Amino acid sequence: MKNKEMRIADIVEICGLQTLCCNELSNNKIKGGYASDLLSDVIGNSKAGDIWVTLQGHPNIIAVAKLKELAGIIIVNNRTPDEETLKKAQTENIIILTSKLPAFELIGKLYECGIC
Amino acid sequence: MRDKAAFEQVFKIKGGDFINAGESSIRIRNILKDIGIDANIIRRVAIAAYEAEMNVVMYAQRGLMKVVINPEQIFLRVEDKGQGIEDIELAMRPGFSTATEEMRERGFGAGMGLPNIKRNSDHFSIRSSVGQGTKLEMIFELNGENG
Repeated sequence: MKNKEMRIADIVEICGLQTLCCNELSNNKIKGGYASDLLSDVIGNSKAGDIWVTLQGHPNIIAVAKLKELAGIIIVNNRTPDEETLKKAQTENIIILTSKLPAFELIGKLYECGIC
Repeated sequence: MRDKAAFEQVFKIKGGDFINAGESSIRIRNILKDIGIDANIIRRVAIAAYEAEMNVVMYAQRGLMKVVINPEQIFLRVEDKGQGIEDIELAMRPGFSTATEEMRERGFGAGMGLPNIKRNSDHFSIRSSVGQGTKLEMIFELNGENG
């Protein structure tokens, strides 16, 4: 159940995320969430405004997020995205967050925040 | 497609260039957004364009993506020089993929590309010859029921 509209800044604080790109977008609203490491799955099935949870950190994730107008990307499991990914994120204005948690635990926290 | 009001543009796609992969699709999306095309149609075109572009990047040497926009429809053609597809029926089957292990690790090769294209376009055709290349054509109706 959605009790409150979440912004990127809220989940950064609650879930202890790190922002690697585009902190100026942290007021972006999150309308929902999508988790997958398969790019065709995300491009086909995510919705605009979703926060995307993945362990992929290569540059191709940026085009997917841009084309689907996602709210941002969270890279899990303490992984670091490629440098090229961050460069592209800057160009396309896509917020990149990282989490130390594995996907399952992070998604649980996001769900508790009311993101679903 | 001979409408005077038609807009058209051609984008080059380089095979194997994973760094710039997706940029032609982003540009097409931006054009559609600037023209003020309905958001749901933009979403469907973006999905189809991205999958078609990635297929060129993954399986061909080079390709061209042409977009034509007129008041009735958006036409997208992606033509490549590359290995081609041996069995189109098999390639259209969800889950079937010839992607390498490396591509799969990057989240490609789910066997959803062509099915995603078909599902999101109003008309779709594919022609291919092995060792030569593949040609995809997609039409998105602007005044249709999916709009």
